[in-house]
Amino acid sequence: MTHIKTLNGATLKQSASYGGCGECQTSCQSACKTSCTVANQKCEKKAEKKAH
Amino acid sequence: MVHTFTCLGVYVAVDVNSGAVHVLDKVAWDVLRLQEKPMEDHCPAELSASLPEYSREELESAWAELLELQRQELLFVEDNYLDPQAAVLMQQDAPIKALCLHVSHDCNLRCRYCFASTGDFGTGHRLTMNVETAKRAIDFVIERSQNRRNIEVDFFGGEPLMAMDTVKETVAYAREQEKLHNKHFRFTITTNGVLLNDENIAYINDVMSNAVLSLDGRPEINDAMRPTVNGKGSYEVILPKFKKLVEGRGTKDYYLRGTFTRHNKDFAADVMHIADQGFANVSVEPVVGSPEEDWSLREEDLPEILAEYEKLAAELLKREDVNFFHFNVDLSQGPCVIKRLRGCGAGCEYVAITPEGDIYPCHQFVGNEAYKLGNLYEGTFDMTLARRFADLNIYTREDCKNCWARFYCSGGCSASNLLVNGDIRKPNRYGCDMQRKRLECAIAMQAIRAGLADSIEA
Repeated sequence: MTHIKTLNGATLKQSASYGGCGECQTSCQSACKTSCTVANQKCEKKAEKKAH
Repeated sequence: MVHTFTCLGVYVAVDVNSGAVHVLDKVAWDVLRLQEKPMEDHCPAELSASLPEYSREELESAWAELLELQRQELLFVEDNYLDPQAAVLMQQDAPIKALCLHVSHDCNLRCRYCFASTGDFGTGHRLTMNVETAKRAIDFVIERSQNRRNIEVDFFGGEPLMAMDTVKETVAYAREQEKLHNKHFRFTITTNGVLLNDENIAYINDVMSNAVLSLDGRPEINDAMRPTVNGKGSYEVILPKFKKLVEGRGTKDYYLRGTFTRHNKDFAADVMHIADQGFANVSVEPVVGSPEEDWSLREEDLPEILAEYEKLAAELLKREDVNFFHFNVDLSQGPCVIKRLRGCGAGCEYVAITPEGDIYPCHQFVGNEAYKLGNLYEGTFDMTLARRFADLNIYTREDCKNCWARFYCSGGCSASNLLVNGDIRKPNRYGCDMQRKRLECAIAMQAIRAGLADSIEA
């Protein structure tokens, strides 16, 4: 492609297949006590995978 | 839905539902931003009239590439994650997995913007949580966490270091109980730093998986909003203590967390000031407060604030060593879509508990009687109110449904919505504008760091 470069694929779509375990951190527990953000939170399953 | 934007000179398209992000050249970006629905197989003739600055050949070439992305399900992907009925039921009776434990409703600073009314949450009573209440809180979250293993407890206040005995006994009790109930507790602490000493620094660095350290930035900015009880500045007292804590932090998380107000709309200077003191993880957030306060952000401030975010992004591109919390968006390895559509979980997955044992949806609701969920000693928990919070997600919040940022922000802050609009369901529009700008900056920074923007520009 000459006009377009893809920075990120359809990862959100893929995550629907394994997501929803609910073991992840609650977003306001990190560093946003007044402005909720979730996109920078870690996935607990992926963190576990990395550790093993 | 596709969102096109430019930031830091980069032309970007976010395919909202798939999570795909593309960096485009100007012609492809101009073509795409005119498309409101999925593209047809052939480049329409009228496009030449809409974009006369490009040749037919250029337009057809860009169209063909965009169409290829659409075929690969990387553009104009439908949102079929959840039907609206299921969305309403999603968090009903969800387990509670996180506590904001207000171990102290007292504080040794008198921060002007404090939503806790300088520690006592407007009650006039300065209190420390006793160990019995803290233990009941741990029992409460274990019982309510159902089959969730990971439980978080944030020691909060007021100032939690004023209740260090309670903190230590709570941790010891939770560690004992987690073995009996197959749970795993993670502790965090949010402190103003005034009472830090060698002993409690060692304890925090041993026990707390995250430490949130409050500092607003430049000395004059910090001291104007964060004076001590006797009206003096707090900067000189706390900075060396924070440095000492972070030196001993090892690989554990920490954030230097500040607040910017109408008085420091040039907050990029505060972020860089904190970074220049040797702190790698920085979070500086917009203040939340009643519109009549002199320090509250107003609609007219927005253009300046959005420009400041972009200025900050440009400066941070030169500083690989600094992690700014709100520009830290993990595009590929972040949370699953289910988490992203649920929202922060306040009032259903996450609650705040006061020294009296009162339960509120989150730390910002404490003291608002209309939002009191229950009490540990009375054994009460208002499921009807909890369900009102559980109902909130990006499909049920009217303004979020059609927002491109919905999977990154997940619906915003209910407390901020209540304060600004008088309704937990109605997003605070200025907060949303800032959130979207932060996300655009974060994505553009990633494109530049990945070398994609430069290669196209060249």
